Amino acid sequence: MSKCKQYGTDLLAWIDERFPLSKVWNEHMAKYYAPKNFNFWYFFGSLALLVLINQIVTGIWLTMNYKPDAKLAFDSVEAIMRDINWGWLIRYMHSTGASMFFIVIYLHIFRGMMYGSFKKPRELVWLLGMSLYLALMAEAFMGYLLPWGQMSYWGANVIISLFSAIPLIGEDLATWVRGDFLISDVTLNRFFSFHVIAVPLIIVGLVFLHIVALHKVGSNNPDGIEIKEKKDANGVPLDGIPFHPYYTVKDLFGAVVFLAICSWIIFYSPEFGGYFLEHPNFIPADPLKTPEHIAPVWYFTPFYSILRAIPSKFGGMVAMFASILILFLLPWLDRCQVKSIRYRGVIYKVALGSFVVSFIALGYLGTIPPTPTAAFFGTFFTIVYFGFFLLMPIYTRMEITKPVPDRVVWPPKPLAAREGWVWDQVRKLLAAVESTSAWRQADGYRQKIQEFMKNNKYLRHFL
Amino acid sequence: MKRIIVTCLLLWPFWASAELGAPPLESPGNDVYDTESLRRGAKLYVERCLGCHSLKHMRYRRLQQDLGFSEEEIKQLFPQLERIVGTMTTAMDPKDAERWFGVAAPDLSERARALGTDWIYTYLRTFYVDEARPFGVNNWVFKDVAMPHVFGDLQGEQKAVTQDTGGMPVIVRLEQSKPGKLPPLEFDRTVADLVNFLDYAAEPAQLERRSLGKWVLLFLLIFGFVSYKLKKAYWKDIH
Amino acid sequence: MNENDIDLEKRRFLTQTTVALGAAGAAFAATPFLSYLKPGAGTLEAGAPIDVDITKLEPGQMIRVEWRGQPIWILKRTDEMLATLDELEPVLRDPDSDESVQPESCKNKYRSIKPEVFVAVGICTHLGCSPTYRPEVAAPDLGKDWLGGFFCPCHGSRFDLAGRVYKKVPAPTNLVVPPYWYETDTRIIVGEERT
Repeated sequence: MSKCKQYGTDLLAWIDERFPLSKVWNEHMAKYYAPKNFNFWYFFGSLALLVLINQIVTGIWLTMNYKPDAKLAFDSVEAIMRDINWGWLIRYMHSTGASMFFIVIYLHIFRGMMYGSFKKPRELVWLLGMSLYLALMAEAFMGYLLPWGQMSYWGANVIISLFSAIPLIGEDLATWVRGDFLISDVTLNRFFSFHVIAVPLIIVGLVFLHIVALHKVGSNNPDGIEIKEKKDANGVPLDGIPFHPYYTVKDLFGAVVFLAICSWIIFYSPEFGGYFLEHPNFIPADPLKTPEHIAPVWYFTPFYSILRAIPSKFGGMVAMFASILILFLLPWLDRCQVKSIRYRGVIYKVALGSFVVSFIALGYLGTIPPTPTAAFFGTFFTIVYFGFFLLMPIYTRMEITKPVPDRVVWPPKPLAAREGWVWDQVRKLLAAVESTSAWRQADGYRQKIQEFMKNNKYLRHFL
Repeated sequence: MKRIIVTCLLLWPFWASAELGAPPLESPGNDVYDTESLRRGAKLYVERCLGCHSLKHMRYRRLQQDLGFSEEEIKQLFPQLERIVGTMTTAMDPKDAERWFGVAAPDLSERARALGTDWIYTYLRTFYVDEARPFGVNNWVFKDVAMPHVFGDLQGEQKAVTQDTGGMPVIVRLEQSKPGKLPPLEFDRTVADLVNFLDYAAEPAQLERRSLGKWVLLFLLIFGFVSYKLKKAYWKDIH
Repeated sequence: MNENDIDLEKRRFLTQTTVALGAAGAAFAATPFLSYLKPGAGTLEAGAPIDVDITKLEPGQMIRVEWRGQPIWILKRTDEMLATLDELEPVLRDPDSDESVQPESCKNKYRSIKPEVFVAVGICTHLGCSPTYRPEVAAPDLGKDWLGGFFCPCHGSRFDLAGRVYKKVPAPTNLVVPPYWYETDTRIIVGEERT
């Protein structure tokens, strides 16, 4: 055993002379000091990485049997679903992964907005992150064409037609993107190329830069305090703990819970009510027949709603792209000195709340047919959406903030002691859940299992 | 803020409500693990549907294995087959179909996933007499459908009962006008078998998928518990 | 201090359990990905057994059919041809087919179910060329001792009329005999065995 260890040390020394392995490990894991007060919202960064790896691996496997040919694409996907061993599982992992990627990313972005993670000195982390989001949207959009179903075809058709709204060059630009006068085999082939090679390379590169930039400035935290400002004699931040092992074990637990949720979807509801896999996409693409109701996949619907809210083709396109690009400007729109929502004024809490409501509402509106009522709410929430950003330089200056503590709050405040409307609601919700019979039943099982484990010779060690 | 949320919630049902004159979709209440029903459905499909509608992604071999048919049963179902190789294609040329029905009969491999089982179940049971149509029948769910009522002999004939709504006659329900070979309940069950088969055929892997899922979740539950304890053990010294 | 010791013990125990469970999970997760690489249902059906009608096969005539992308030879041997098999045994490397691949029913000197009908995969066991059928006795290019057989033009491997390999040629084993069975006397199913 000790001899084995010796060989290991020697090998590491040999590598370290030639490659900074230990150095990289220490800088980014074992001696990367992260604030100790990360909460639930800080799982989503590592989860996004997990989903990215899942998408790449399952993507490589799917590419082995997928055929990027308008005549064969639909059948080849069905061959993967039926004829190839476990093809259905790998395909569902990929399709579910796509939607879960956006869920994780939206929560990750929301975390940044809540705790001011985009503010100085993390502007570059934010910009790189938003670039990643943009690349992810391109990746998802092009990937969605590949199954060559009705929604693949008509969804891509609608979005690419947007380019034709640009004055003078529009039509030519749309034709240039498609490589044909309508979406065709040519378009499918180039989207395939971008989806499996070009954009994944960009995404991986950007992820690398995103993490490098983050580790240069250090992670923000729910209190929005720079932990590097208070260090001990060894130069270790007083409120920091090594990422490894503390956050590796914590993120592992988060990953397992996340995988359990994904597995439930993959095995019991891969279509997820028509949101993850849209029903009309099980009909092969037919350029002569538009489905009754075209809706993009759920993660694009907020922007699709904004597009529909503007009653002009060109204006709608500009508004849609603006709604995405405006996120890049966040670090300069927000003029408040305080980072975390914990110490910010009511005004920002209300503004962020309205933003979230408008985003979800726009998302919902984008999935339903454009009735007059829907159109009215679409316009209303589009105004709220843009208002959040455009009025930000004004209202963030008027905020009455609370004093920010010197050190992070540790241990975290117990739920019962937290103040404010939001926490009141959370407590009420929890109380309601705990009073249901299902909860009591589950809790009874939990106690039984615990009792059983306590009395078992081996399982006792886990408690 | 609150008011907006409440208003949204109140308006939800109006946005989601179906269009006027469309029939309420009924659920077949099918179960893809009911192999007997699947076998009845498969036989019915071969007898009455396969002539026009292929299932080009459904392999005979897969059908045999999943539904537990013997080699002889498969050969009885598909007498033209020399060996159990290939998929359930149809002998009809799509061009002929276009000449006879105006449109090519679509392949139904994934149709149950595209339209939903409720839609198909209701559609197959809502043909009614309409002399204006080439086959003498129309459909409540799929107006002016090009397909004849292939179960007409089993179901009998139905008449549409209409009501005037703003000058337009709108169908409110269908009424049996001539009995078929099967009593209504029996007929519904027969159609449900067929829908069950189409549901299975649209995704044969669902049999495997659902039975495997619980084991994966059980493993993740145990793994989650251990990793939670591990996290607790490490974080004990963070003060 | 004492409490700390227990903690370390527990950490080690839980770490080991986690690693073990993680490894088991990874192994389970890897299975579908490895299994995916095996031939799928479509490929297997494309490689399904084929039937060959040998009604019109004349003695001494050989036909070639394709099964799983490989040439399959079906040769109807004459009595004279069968007689050469015993004669050649001393110059063969594996006359009893102990090291060669064939169904159990063909592990005899004829390497076939019925002596006169020889079925084999027409691929040289050396480097995968397809040998030529050379039934003519004492062919000028093969020497006066040649009693008929198969000759691989790539590297000069020689086989007798039962596909058995000669000594001193590059091919290591006899030609492969695929699984087959007789549905009727004149109908062979190549690709599966049935007794």
